[in-house]
Amino acid sequence: MSKTEQEQVILLGHGSGGTLTNQLIRTVFQEALHNPILDEMLDAALLDLGQGRVAFTTDSFVVDPIFFPGGDIGKLAVCGTVNDLAVSGAVPLYLSSAFIIEEGFPLADLRRIVASMQEAASAAGVRVVTGDTKVVGRGSADKIFINTTGIGVVPPGRSLSPRRMQPEDIVLVSGTLGDHGLTILAQREGLSFNTPVISDCTPLNRIASAIMEAGGDGVRCMRDPTRGGLATTLNELAGQGERGILVQETAIPLRREVVGACEMLGLDPLYLANEGKVIAVVAPGAAEPVLAAMRSLPEGQGAVAIGRVTESGRGLVLLETELGATRILNMLEGEPLPRIC
Amino acid sequence: MQPYRNRDYAHHLLERLQQEATRPVSVMEVCGTHTVAIARSGLRELLPKNIRLISGPGCPVCVTDDLDLDLVIALAKEPEITMATFGDMMRVPGTGSSLLEAKSLGADVKVVYSPTDAVALAVANPDRQVVFLAVGFETTIPTVAVAVEQAVQQGLRNFSIFSLHKLVPPVMEALLTDPEVRLDAFINPGHVCTILGTEPFRFIPEQYGKPCVVTGFEAVDIMEALLMILQQYNQGRPSVEIQYKRAVRPEGNTVARGYIDKYFTPVTACWRGIGEVPGSGLALREEFAHLDAHRRFPITVTPGKRLKNCSCGQVLKGLKLPYECALFGKACTPMKPVGPCMVSTEGSCAAYYRYGAQRVGGAV
Amino acid sequence: MCLAIPSKILSIKGNTAEIDVGGNTKEVNITLTPEAKVGDYVLLHAGFAINVIDEQAAEEIFDAWEEAYAALQK
Repeated sequence: MSKTEQEQVILLGHGSGGTLTNQLIRTVFQEALHNPILDEMLDAALLDLGQGRVAFTTDSFVVDPIFFPGGDIGKLAVCGTVNDLAVSGAVPLYLSSAFIIEEGFPLADLRRIVASMQEAASAAGVRVVTGDTKVVGRGSADKIFINTTGIGVVPPGRSLSPRRMQPEDIVLVSGTLGDHGLTILAQREGLSFNTPVISDCTPLNRIASAIMEAGGDGVRCMRDPTRGGLATTLNELAGQGERGILVQETAIPLRREVVGACEMLGLDPLYLANEGKVIAVVAPGAAEPVLAAMRSLPEGQGAVAIGRVTESGRGLVLLETELGATRILNMLEGEPLPRIC
Repeated sequence: MQPYRNRDYAHHLLERLQQEATRPVSVMEVCGTHTVAIARSGLRELLPKNIRLISGPGCPVCVTDDLDLDLVIALAKEPEITMATFGDMMRVPGTGSSLLEAKSLGADVKVVYSPTDAVALAVANPDRQVVFLAVGFETTIPTVAVAVEQAVQQGLRNFSIFSLHKLVPPVMEALLTDPEVRLDAFINPGHVCTILGTEPFRFIPEQYGKPCVVTGFEAVDIMEALLMILQQYNQGRPSVEIQYKRAVRPEGNTVARGYIDKYFTPVTACWRGIGEVPGSGLALREEFAHLDAHRRFPITVTPGKRLKNCSCGQVLKGLKLPYECALFGKACTPMKPVGPCMVSTEGSCAAYYRYGAQRVGGAV
Repeated sequence: MCLAIPSKILSIKGNTAEIDVGGNTKEVNITLTPEAKVGDYVLLHAGFAINVIDEQAAEEIFDAWEEAYAALQK
């Protein structure tokens, strides 16, 4: 096998810990992600976190397809973890990234993914400070899996929790829902349709801090409605906060294309994943300033109030339908499958 | 089509329904899509108390017999078989497991959006035997017939269908002749009638004296249809009327019916919860036997035990509401369905579970 | 069964039409609706157009109820 070919695909040797591994780390990962801490190349990154509580989270990314309109698995891996930190009220600081790569994976694709990780990390103001790469035989993994773990710091005095929700608090969302989930579905084999919708995958730390700045103590909690969509996330909030949530169906922002495609596939957009949207529950008085702050940012342009917290119906999410009736909005049950009836 | 979601108009219709609903009337919606539309819009709680909506047989997915499904699952486990199916069928349980479970244990099961996608699968994988799990009412059957025609024209030797198709008029007749079932009128399935038109339903007013109205799927469509039903009922002039005029012509789609007749012939079929209904299923005609998976892959399985304590039969006949079943929401949920009504999103139990029709009244 | 949603035909090539569904486009089979023309709305089910929608008929019944509504308001 010639050298140029070796450079084109990932080989088992790239995960062996030897020369090839070193070469891969230097020419791909460090090349793109370099920063003083990563460049130390120690067995563990040493971090100075300063004051406040440490927020710590991890997530693995196995999206298919790995490249999609609006992003790729690398951008997703950074945003997903950054967003989990951001909606917890933390300032995201450092990430680790671990790759499990299927033998034969094109090196050019890996470069593209790592470059996109770097772009997302720099947009979010975080640094990738440690990492790992394993290569598995063909068929043992589907192309590439990425795990990222993130560390952030919650400034002293800040505490966000669904348990802080009070009756009459307002539920805000930062924009249209279901865009990411629909984008991924549209790429799936056998379902192929063309949609102008692109994934909303984006870091949320800027909008999260704008929300907290504008709302102060009136901000009760935030969540990013990823897998399971708006419906599942609202149910988690209602359950953990032991409150009811009443949502106005007509207020929920949905793109026309998302609604149309969901009707075609028999899916409900309220259960589709989002990767760049935030739900914030705020005190009634904080709603207006927080909405204004959200709308001043591109990632929050479409922010609206969609409902309120209620005393009754603890743990339940109710939807007031277009006709003025109410019904229960349940959590997602299993993976949404396209259907014809 | 904005008017069909207009709130003011809906409230106007509700007022009219109040005026017309002078005595109790039980109306069965035959189609699961109506069940879902009713549950999603919360319509049931807004209707006059005199109007009782009964969710009938539902969708062709949930009425697929568990013993039939055992055969499908056994076939899917055969090493040379690729089972292509609509996504709806994945979670439907046989007596033991489901296609989803079979898939996770290694069976080659592929979800397709269209029957022609299954033909394309066969073309792309000449070394695999692709079996399309053909379920559906009259709305879907013509699309399967076209897929069969493509396979015939291309001389495909690795494509076949496992027909579990069901026909709507025969089951409506079976419900009408069941002495246990009490109903006064039908909301007819709009998209089935897109294909069938009104003729196959004339026996309902003519022989049984019951109104039926072919209905669209917006909440407002259903309210309009109920108003038409009440007017027929109150004036004592049962007939088959079309509310869903934008999609249904009286003569239906004759081209599509031609496709059904060309490739299929009626047979007795077993409906989950209802039992055998003569002439309510379809099999491929003799000349297309080579495309019939039943014949090409003779599979036998030891019959499993049918489900116990499940009230789906009574729910399907309108004798019980979903939450009156002992298993509802406990042993039987959308994640782990026991009976047909919980299986599909369109099943009446799933619709009740998902949209909480039984609890909302007390919760707010 | 029977999810079927209205979509507009953008172009036709043999038995295949490109349709617009709420701003998305998809190729569908039009074997079952030989009368369908570009610009028509069709009902889409399982990758097939199963009927051409009659907007005029749709308006008709709506108008009838609208009249009743208007009469009631007077």
